[in-house]
Parts: sequence; structure tokens; C-alpha cells
Amino acid sequence: MSDLTIDAPRQRDIARAGRLLFGAGLVLLVLWVLVPIWLLMVNALSAPSEVTGFPKRLWPSFDLASVRFFWNFQGVTAALWNSVQVAALTMVLSIGMGAPAGYALTRFDFPGKEFFRIMVIMTRAFPLPLLALPLAVMFIRTGLDDSIIGLALVHAMLALPFAVLITYSLFSGIPVELEEAAWTLGCTRWQAFVKVVLPLAAPGIAASAVFAFVISWNEVFAAAVLTIQNRTLTAFLLQSLNVSPLPLKFAGGAALVLPALIFIFAVRRYLFAMWGIANR
Amino acid sequence: MPRVLPYLLLLPASLFLLAFFFYPFGLVVVESFTRGGEWSTANFERMFGHWKFSTAFWNTIWLTAIVVPVQLIMALTMASMVQKLKTGRSGLLYIFAIPLGISDLAAGLIWLAIFEQSGFLNSFLHFFGVIDRPVLFLGYQNLWVIFLAVCLAEIWRATAIMMVIIVAGMGLIPKEYGEAAEVFGASRWQRFTKVTLPLLRPSLQTALILRILMAFEVFAVVVALGGTTLPVLMGETFQWQFQLNDRGVAAAYAMVILGLSVAFSLVVLRLLHVPKGARI
Repeated sequence: MSDLTIDAPRQRDIARAGRLLFGAGLVLLVLWVLVPIWLLMVNALSAPSEVTGFPKRLWPSFDLASVRFFWNFQGVTAALWNSVQVAALTMVLSIGMGAPAGYALTRFDFPGKEFFRIMVIMTRAFPLPLLALPLAVMFIRTGLDDSIIGLALVHAMLALPFAVLITYSLFSGIPVELEEAAWTLGCTRWQAFVKVVLPLAAPGIAASAVFAFVISWNEVFAAAVLTIQNRTLTAFLLQSLNVSPLPLKFAGGAALVLPALIFIFAVRRYLFAMWGIANR
Repeated sequence: MPRVLPYLLLLPASLFLLAFFFYPFGLVVVESFTRGGEWSTANFERMFGHWKFSTAFWNTIWLTAIVVPVQLIMALTMASMVQKLKTGRSGLLYIFAIPLGISDLAAGLIWLAIFEQSGFLNSFLHFFGVIDRPVLFLGYQNLWVIFLAVCLAEIWRATAIMMVIIVAGMGLIPKEYGEAAEVFGASRWQRFTKVTLPLLRPSLQTALILRILMAFEVFAVVVALGGTTLPVLMGETFQWQFQLNDRGVAAAYAMVILGLSVAFSLVVLRLLHVPKGARI
């Protein structure tokens, strides 16, 4: 009997200690993710003399000189604009080719279906940025070298497998009965798709389009290999790394991170459907 | 028409895969085994003979061997913690997922802000009186610090992708299994190792394959933090293609990365094999 009376408060203590540890762990992990980004932002929002100065403070002086320096640096605005164009084109290409394939995989049974699916999944076992090496030669022959379209084609190749698998799982989540109902009411297959399936799948498709955009926006290796004059922002930053001053690097880094933060926030509801389930 | 339709829908994606995946990879293979228009192994001999090859190879392998297990444990911890939360789950998941959208180059720059000579680590040590003046962490005298910085940046950047896949995978496991184990007296740890982990195998497979491949492709993080002082396979590929203008050797490097990727994908598939009937 006496055991119980001693044990009850002790158990409560253990439970409380456990909860405390759990909370502390969570806080630590959140800090681990956020603090490095914060430090980059501090650097980007401080004057160049503070960026190279020592010791550093943990709060930015909100001096926009670094940002202005970055913005006015030779080639930066052009590189930014190239990045946007390539990413937009990648988005259109990968969804334009991926969504029909995803729809076909969901709604039809046909010989060769499994083969196609395996082929798409197999691309994952290959280091895709390496494709830039042979394509660099191919593009010189066809006149696509150092062009927005050429790079967008390579980035579309990076994003296509995801686009196919993501749209596949999106369309699988829409009951075929809805479409069949539309057919019996006199819709053609195309009309049923546009009026019934598309509105339901649109948010998910938009999310995967955003994801294709981010893949292209972030890609470094292929961009650096395939562009010389028309560099994207990543290629520009990479190739001027050993000559550019620190404020330029950090402002450039911030320029890369900011859109990514917004995009990930925009598609946060779909992150798990896209990465987790579509990827299996 | 209905019989042709699925093939028509798959046509663009298939043609694209053919033109921008199979054909270029074929070209890399041919390129790596030819020299001056004839079949030869000269490229490989030149690659193996170069002093940087074995350093680059082992650096890449060591990075992978250290980073991936740490990330697996962190991702599993994050996912299990999030699972237990009742409120604030989606906000926390968004924070944990942020690095998913951040480019490897940006991640390298973020950690450069911490490790560079006038950076935050030096300021921190200075503040606590550990050092009098800034230390040059990222110089060639301190190779292991560069290595450590790259490890940290990689762990910071790419844990999110594993976490997202694992969280989605945990969501697919029926709660009843864990509850049943609890009824039979299984402790929390036993439930994790005997119920959750085995059922998580398909997700672990995907997460590990994606992550190991990314580790073999490590490039921009290393360049941002160490320039060429810490050679890695992808960086050497870039060097041979660009600085040394030898596409043959670059292709040979590509073959090494490709071989590693395929071999490790197969190992993971085999180790975490799930029999067809045992899937959920």
C-alpha cells in the first residue's frame, strides 16, 4: 500500500520531466532550422562594412546598402530575370507533359503501363544534373547552347518524374464515378475532364507546378554547365564565388532563399501528399 | 480511339524521356569510353591516375557515410515528435520543411555566414572570451573544419526531405497496430522498433535512395564553403568539363557517380525489401 503513495507523485515527476525534455527538444530543432536563415538575413540587411566587420551583432541594422550593391552589380538583374524565365518555362513544360501522363496512368489499363511507370521511377536512381554534360554538346550542335530554352529543357527533365508521379496520385484521389456521371449526362471525355476533374485537381496541380518552379530556381550544376552569357542567378553566384565580396554573396543568398520560403509556404498543404505519397 | 488515347497521353512524356534521359546517358557512356574517336579506357586511366581522384572519391563517400545516418535519425525523431503533438502540428511541419525549398548553393552561403572569418561563430566565441581575434576556419590548414561545415550544411539542408517522406509514411500506418501492441504490453520504444519501423520500410526506402543520391551529387555546398580545397566527385566533374576542358575525363567521373548511385539504390532496395503482400 505504501508503495503506491510514494510512486504516484514520483511518476508525475517523471511524466513532467519527459514533457519538459520533449518541449526542449522541439524548441532546439526549431532553432536549428530557423537560426541559420536568420543569420543570413542579418548579413543581407546590414551595411557592407558591418558584414565584413567583427564582431557581429545578432540584429540587422536594416541598412539596405548591401542589397542595393547586389541589385546594381553588373549582371545581377539579368541573371534574376533569366532564373524566372527558365523556372516558368520548366513549370509549363513539366506539367504540360507530366499531367497527361499522370492522368493516363490513373484512368486507363493498357499494356506497357507498368513499364512506363517503372521507367519514370527508375530515373530517380540516376544523378540527373549530370545530363547537362552530354546535352551541352548536343545543344551546341542544335544552337540551343547558352539559351533559356535549352536550360529549361534540362530542368524540365529534372521535374518531369515528380510531375508524373504527383499528378498520378492527385488524379487517383478523384473518384472515377464523378467522371462517369458527367459522361452519362452527355459530356465528352474532354468536357468531363475540364468541367469535373480539373477543378478538383487544380489546387494540387498548381502546387506541383510551384514545386517544378522551385526545382529549377534552385538548380546549380546544370545551370552552371549550360549557361555562359545568359546565366541564371545560381550559376551567376556560383561562378563569381571566388571573386565576389562577402556582402554580394550574402545578399545573393538571401535573394535565393526568399522566394523559396514563400513558395514552400504556399504549397505547404500539399507537401506531404507530393513528397510522401507520390514518391513511393 | 479509347485504345489509343492513353498512349497519346503518354507520348510527350515518353518522347521527352527518350530524348533527354536515355539518349544523353547513352552519350555519356560512349563519351567516357572513347578518346580521339576510338574506343579506349584512356579517360578512366587519366582519371584514376590524377592525384585528386581518390581524395574526391573518399571525401564524397565519407560525407555520405556521416551525413545520411545522422539525417535518418533526426528525420525519424522529428517525425515521431510531430506525430505526438496535438496542437501546432502544421506550423511545426512547415518550419521543419523550410530547408526543402532552399537551394544547396544558398545553404552553403548560409553556413558560410557562420563559419567565415568575420562570421557568427567567431563572433560567438569572441563574445564568450574563448578567442581574442577571429580564426580562419575555412582555410586549407583546417580541412577538417571545412569538412565539418559541409556536413552541418548538408544535414541542415536535406533532413527535411527525409522528414517529409517519413511523416507521410507514418500517416499511412493504421493506428490500430500500435494500439494492439500497447494492449499486449509493448513499451513505447518497442512499439517504435517492432511496429512503426518495419511498416515504414517503403518510405524509408524512398527517403534513403533520394537522400544517398543527393549526397553523391554534393557540389554547390562544398564550393560555397571551401572552393576547391575540399575536392568531391561532382566538383571534379565540373572542373574537368570547364577548367580543364576535357569532356572525356568529366564523362568518366560521371560514370563513377552513376555507378555509385545505381549500386547504392540496389543495396537499399535489397536491404529494405518489402514482400508484395506485406504492403499497406
